[in-house]
Amino acid sequence: MATTQINPTRMELSRLKKKLATATRGHKLLKDKRDELMRQFLDMARLNRELRVKVENAIMAANKNFVLASAAMSPQTLSAAMLAPKQEVYLDVAYKNVMSVDIPVYSVKTRTPDENDIFCYGLAFTSSELDDAVSSMADVLPDMLRLAEIEKSCQLMSAEIEKTRRRVNALEHVMIPETKAQIRNITMKLDENERATQTRLMKVKDMVLKKAHGY
Amino acid sequence: MYKVAVLGDRDSIYGFAALGLDVFYADDSSKGAEIFKELTSREQYSIIYITEQLASDLTHEIEKYSYKPTPAIILIPGVKGNTGEGIRAVKKSVEKAVGSDII
Repeated sequence: MATTQINPTRMELSRLKKKLATATRGHKLLKDKRDELMRQFLDMARLNRELRVKVENAIMAANKNFVLASAAMSPQTLSAAMLAPKQEVYLDVAYKNVMSVDIPVYSVKTRTPDENDIFCYGLAFTSSELDDAVSSMADVLPDMLRLAEIEKSCQLMSAEIEKTRRRVNALEHVMIPETKAQIRNITMKLDENERATQTRLMKVKDMVLKKAHGY
Repeated sequence: MYKVAVLGDRDSIYGFAALGLDVFYADDSSKGAEIFKELTSREQYSIIYITEQLASDLTHEIEKYSYKPTPAIILIPGVKGNTGEGIRAVKKSVEKAVGSDII
């Protein structure tokens, strides 16, 4: 497993042992992070799906109303009616940190204090279908903004989960086994050196004794 | 202070103007790409709603922004009906995170 050449010294051994301890700790932490992110992500993804279905259906219904409205009015009157909107929507974006992912939190502000101030045309020349259509669209807006928030969070979290999962796998399957193998190699090499010294000393002792006493 | 933009063909989105969102009409994909680029470069919009029909021609550009905190690019169905592209995007992000679509 050990692909890189390492010096079998005690210094290297203690360095590798420290590295292994750090890697194991990091692996545990990242695994916890992944699990928690996954839990929160799944909740959010479920919510995302529900909201999306709801918003899509509502927009489709609103679109139908707009088609009806445009059928009852001339295109010119219709575009004139939509020419000067009274209302304006502003967003304040704050960020919430969820397991190191910054997810956006929108707070909505409107230009006029009354949120229902959406009818920006004179009622004399427009059909009542247009009023229905605009008000059905206005009902969707809060859900649409919430959908944007949730969907963006889901995208950001899924990217972070993927990154974390790769890190966990790299530590678990590459870094930690490799370091362990290197540690074993060094230990074996050091033990072997130890035994070599031992036998050499015994041999020298024998030679010395033979020379001194003739054993 | 950010604003909200809506991008798509005229019939699908003119209603959003009344609500106070900024609407940008793009009837074909080259015009759409041009406006999309301008909207994202201005950094004035934190949410860009885009119709599914138009988004299907701009997937590459939209992908680039899916991992940045702003802007959020959200697909909405147009007047011609729901293509299912929006829900597919949700499934895709689940697949990316979990490995398979479990929701």
